[in-house]
Amino acid sequence: MAGNGETPLYTPLGLLAELTHRCPLGCPYCSNPLALDPRDNELDTATWARVFSEAAALGVLQVHLSGGEPGARRDLVDITAAAHKAGLYTNLITSAVGITADTLDKLADVGLDHVQISIQDNEPASADHIAGYRGAFARKQALAAQVVGLKIPLTVNVVVHRANIDRIEKMVSLALSLGASRVEIAHVQYYGWALRNRAMLMPTADQVERAAKSVDALRQRHHGEIVIDAVVPDYYARLPKPCVGGWGRRSLNVTPAGKVLPCHAAESIPELEFWSIREHSLADIWKNSPAFNAFRGTDWMAEPCRSCSRRNIDFGGCRCQAFALTGDARATDPVCHLAPGHDSVAILAAAREDAPYAYRHM
Amino acid sequence: MNDTAAPIPADSRPRLPRGVRLVHNEAQGGWVLLAPERVFKADSIAAEIVKRCTGEATLEAIVDDLAKSFNAPRERILTDVTAMLRGLADKKLLEL
Repeated sequence: MAGNGETPLYTPLGLLAELTHRCPLGCPYCSNPLALDPRDNELDTATWARVFSEAAALGVLQVHLSGGEPGARRDLVDITAAAHKAGLYTNLITSAVGITADTLDKLADVGLDHVQISIQDNEPASADHIAGYRGAFARKQALAAQVVGLKIPLTVNVVVHRANIDRIEKMVSLALSLGASRVEIAHVQYYGWALRNRAMLMPTADQVERAAKSVDALRQRHHGEIVIDAVVPDYYARLPKPCVGGWGRRSLNVTPAGKVLPCHAAESIPELEFWSIREHSLADIWKNSPAFNAFRGTDWMAEPCRSCSRRNIDFGGCRCQAFALTGDARATDPVCHLAPGHDSVAILAAAREDAPYAYRHM
Repeated sequence: MNDTAAPIPADSRPRLPRGVRLVHNEAQGGWVLLAPERVFKADSIAAEIVKRCTGEATLEAIVDDLAKSFNAPRERILTDVTAMLRGLADKKLLEL
């Protein structure tokens, strides 16, 4: 498709709607940017409704209502209703803190399709310590029970790192006991706050190896009972992840203030020019905004990506990670064993430190 | 999907659970099965099968209907439908 100077035009499947950056929790692995959008910059209900109808017209099928904590929005029910009315599959991604029982009942009534609840650990004290919020664990259990009671499918998301990675089996058992039909075992992705806390979060190579074996065994044991999806530990990989399914190919992200990004970490790349939904339609942004076209297709690639047989499989990996680790957003993601800077990734992974977390805060 | 899927009782009434639905979308080029944080493209045959999983029709009736509609051998249809429905159920996309 690319190669003739023209940018191929793709149809997006998913929209990540970051309704707010406000969040009662302080998880140190949060991939939100260090500079969070303040409340008075947030898009209003009517603008979100416009975003959803324009997204559906573009071909988007699913909207992920996220944040921050979406429950911090007083108009979450109206926003969800607007997404459902636009014909989108609605997925609520929540910490559970801030979604009251009454709110969830109303969300179910307006057509919420799926709920994802994050769990920080299977041990309550450790879970609350990681979240930086006492009582969070108990609230998560209560909301999970209500979701299942309403017969809404539940995914439990577990972000794993050095402090909890040895308890994957117990965390999957917890997800099963909560009635989840799906569990995500997501190794930390080092962007935003997580990048700042990298030395405190990074697991050891031995831990990562044991975790991979554990996930394989759990998948076999619970086949047909619960779906186990895994997000790979980047820094210990040989091949990069096909980040967001390729830049500007499948998904878009709207920030609380209305900027439209190809991925939620894209603002970390200073050279990119983002357009706002306050000034442009979503279709215009998807097709014409400089940020979306910056790394679309394969023409932007340098070697070793440019002539690589995997260039249309992993798309050179993650642009934000390439920038964070090499200073060049066009470089091959250094996670790739063919990247010139690959050796530096192992050095970064070995730089572990048992210091207090820098908790996420506004 | 495997060729030796465990049999499904003939009186089972397969249905999509809440949170899973089949939609037709022009922009995405046809039928898609929407599920929790996943989207599966469905070819026309898969769509014909899933459309019949309403929770009312039995497996037996679904297979009879497909054999008639597509003028195909019933045994073959039963094998294909069983494999597909088992695969969907394993992914929590179908209730048997």
